[in-house]
Order: sequence, then structure tokens, then C-alpha cells
Amino acid sequence: MLDADFFRRWMTAAAASVDREAERLTALDSAIGDADHGSNLQRGFTAVTAALEKEAPDSPGAVLTLAGRQLISTVGGASGPLYGTLLRRTGKALGDAAEVGEEQLAAALREGVDGVMKLGGAAPGDKTMIDALVPAVDALGSGFAAARTAAEEGALATTPLQARKGRASYLGERSIGHQDPGATSSALLIAALADTAEADGE
Amino acid sequence: MRMLINVPETVVADALRGLADAHPELNVDVDNRVIVRRDAPVAGQVALISGGGSGHEPLHGGFVGPGMLSAACPGEVFTSPVPDQMARAAAAVDSGAGVLFIVKNYTGDVLNFDMAAELAEDEGIQVAKVLVNDDVAVTDSLYTAGRRGTGATLFVEKIAGAAAAEGQPLERVEAVGRQVNENSRSFGVALSACTTPAKGSPTFDLPDGELELGIGIHGEPGRERRPMMTSGEIADFAVNAVLEDMPPRSPVLVLVNGMGATPLLELYGFNAEVQRVLRERGVPVARTLVGNYVTSLDMAGASVTLCQADEELLRLWDAPVNTPALRWGM
Repeated sequence: MLDADFFRRWMTAAAASVDREAERLTALDSAIGDADHGSNLQRGFTAVTAALEKEAPDSPGAVLTLAGRQLISTVGGASGPLYGTLLRRTGKALGDAAEVGEEQLAAALREGVDGVMKLGGAAPGDKTMIDALVPAVDALGSGFAAARTAAEEGALATTPLQARKGRASYLGERSIGHQDPGATSSALLIAALADTAEADGE
Repeated sequence: MRMLINVPETVVADALRGLADAHPELNVDVDNRVIVRRDAPVAGQVALISGGGSGHEPLHGGFVGPGMLSAACPGEVFTSPVPDQMARAAAAVDSGAGVLFIVKNYTGDVLNFDMAAELAEDEGIQVAKVLVNDDVAVTDSLYTAGRRGTGATLFVEKIAGAAAAEGQPLERVEAVGRQVNENSRSFGVALSACTTPAKGSPTFDLPDGELELGIGIHGEPGRERRPMMTSGEIADFAVNAVLEDMPPRSPVLVLVNGMGATPLLELYGFNAEVQRVLRERGVPVARTLVGNYVTSLDMAGASVTLCQADEELLRLWDAPVNTPALRWGM
């Protein structure tokens, strides 16, 4: 079973990973966007870890809801509402249980991803974060490691696609041949989840 | 890179402090990033709130004041503001007559303003929204996020602002704003990429002797690249792209807008070419505005925006306005 501390460590691991990869995310974003995806997420996750240190929520749902709210209030751009909604919806779906199982988490994450698709209007194949998140959630039934692989493969698979959502879509065919920064950061978030589970010996 | 800054992290806050020093008639909340006209809320008037990423100055903070915006919410450079900013602005400027959000069609701006509308409505504030999407360089399609909002934002903010100043009700001010957007089209070209303070190098690579056609205002590359053209050739291309999409039925307002690093000497010369093309195409010009209004940091280049103006829109355009960047009639 996964408790509030597990989710806090997941968020901390995600923040560390965003810190490490910020330059790469920004470089990917400069090809088809405006070169700030890394720094924007960095600002958001720094606020998330600060808030979690201050408040220490006592349930998995509360950890993710708080994290989502922080992202909405600090990131801006499309990433703020989209990542914020992902975590908030997932958190709300988990309710106020003190511990949750892996199946419960998978179901809640699916609700979170559905929330993102509804808010952004994106579908798989549009060259967005959805292209990493949907395969990850589909694979979560087979374990955290499978989810990580699926997310990473999903992010890589955005390269040949033409963007149909977000700023990259304004480039039309010129968006082809570049990996999507949003799908890449989504893969980082899922990898942080898998790392946290592995550190636990799950 | 040489920039007149302290450190990249404080660029927006530093600019806001300077804006406050230069314009005591504005109330600038540097910490929460909200710029409000000092006499707000104005009783009986709909309040106009706009915002978006920083780096487009004077848009939007430079357009706060009587006859135009009630408040502006600047985000990080090229990043939309967060919902808390718009909700805070709405609470500060709402007189009970409601607020109108003016939003440029970028996914981030749309999502954050939508979330802000929910927050404001929770507080009992009536909210309406006008989405600006005037850029003909982006092909409309069911499968894209739609056209970008660029130069027409200035027309919408000025004309809807005049309607609000007259005391027109929220649904009328909203309708006027939508009409202006529907009547406006833009096309932009870049002669150089821009450099964001955070990245410190050009956002895309544009070799000497080439230009980008169909750029937006966020340093993203355009739709296509061509060998350098003359001012006259660029005017032909840009104006024809606009007119192809919107055959004019009435006299037009013309905005010849610099992207940040093109001097007025060049912009006025470009305007002469734009006016020539319009004459050749038989399009009467009602009013013309030339200058840097919707910029993209230090990008060189320009955009052309045309708005078909009936007598009512023209009357509202001519109405008094008093803001840091746009001022006439008072």
C-alpha cells in the first residue's frame, strides 16, 4: 500500500528530475515553442516541494491535490493548468484514504489524464503530453516499470508527428521531426513515480 | 547577448517597478503582478481585464487607463499569467457591472483565463470573455488550436474599452469586442529571431539574408522562410495575405506594428508601402497607427493588422483614451 509519504517522495523526485532536465526540456521547447518549458515547470515544482514541506498533508489524495493547486498558481502557460489538473483530478479521485493500492492509483491517474484531455481538448496523436500519459496509464496495470517504459516510448514517438494542439501547432508541418517537450516532461513525472516505487522495493 | 537587465529572474518584477515609478496614475502590485487603474472600480462601468506573457510591451500594461483596460495581468516572459492574478484583478476592478476578459488565442492564456473566470464567478463577479484570433498565417482547421491572437488585441481593447467607458452593459461591451475581432486580420514577418532573457540566445536560427513569414509574437518560427525581400515586397505579401482572407467591405483601421527591434524610420517606410498596396487594391483607410504596440522582445520585423470599421466602431476608436502607451482626445 502507498501512503502520503510515498506521494510526497514522488513529488520530491519529480521536482528533482525537472531540475536536472530543465535545460533539455527548454531546448526541446525552443525548436517548436518558446523555449521556457523547463524553467516554467521548475518554478512550479519548486513551489510544490515548498508547500509540501510547510503543510505535510496526511493522505495521498491531499498531497496530489495540494501539488496540483500549486502548479496552477505558479506555472502559467498551458503547462500550469494541464499538469495542475492532472494532479488535482488524480488526488480528488483518491479521496481521503490514508493508504491506496496500485490499482486504485492506476484508476485515479486515468481520471486525471481524462481531465487533462477534456481541458486541453487533445487526443492521442496530437503531439502533446497525452501521448506519454495515456500509454503510461494503460501500462500501469503491469507495474510501475512498464508504465515508465510506455511513457518514454510515447514521448519518443511524438517526434514524427505534426502538432495539432498548443503553440507548436502554429508551425504546421514544421513541427514534424521534433520531440514534444510536454510529452517529455510527462515521461519524467511517470519515471519519478517508478523510481519512488523501486526505492521502496515495490 | 547584451541586455539592460539585472538578472533574468527579476526581469518582469523590475519592469513593473519601473512602470509604477513612471505612472503614478496606475496601481502596480509587483508581488501579485496586477496593474490596475488607480480610480478603479469605476461605478456603473464594465471593467476590462487582459493579460498574457510579458515581452509584448506595451501590451497589456501600457494600455491600462481611462478609455481602455481596467487591469492587466503580466505573466512570465512569453508565459500566460496564472488564474490567481486575473481573479485578484477582477476583485479589484469590478464595480458590480461585471468584467470582460480579453484573451489572445494561445492555449495557455485560454486555460488560465477560463480557470480565473470560475474563481471570479465563485466570488459573485459576472464574467464575459472575448477571444482574439486574428492571425491569418495560421490555417484554420478542426485539428488545430485555431488562429493566434496578435495585433487585433489592441483594436479590441481600445474599442471595447470605449464602449465600457460610455457605460454600455456587459453583453454590449462583449458584443463590440467580438465584432472587432471578427472584423480584424493580421500577418507578421520577422527579420530576426528574439532572445528571451532566460535562454540568452535567439529562439530560432535565421541566417542573414533570409526572413520568416507568418510569425507570431512568441519568438516561435513562422510558417515559411524566404530570401530577404524589400519593404514594398513584404507589404504586398502581408496585405494581400490579410485581404485574401478578409475582402474589405468598409474603410479599415490600419495598425503597422513593430516587433520590438525595428526602428520607426523603417516602420514608417513600411507603412508607406502598406498604404500603397491598400490604394492599389481600392481599400479606403479610415485611421492608421504606426509604432511598437504588440512586440516580441527584440525581434526585428513588423505585422500588419486591418480592422473593417463601420461608423460605430470608428466613433469608439476615436473616443478619448489615456494610458501610458495610447493617448488621445483627453
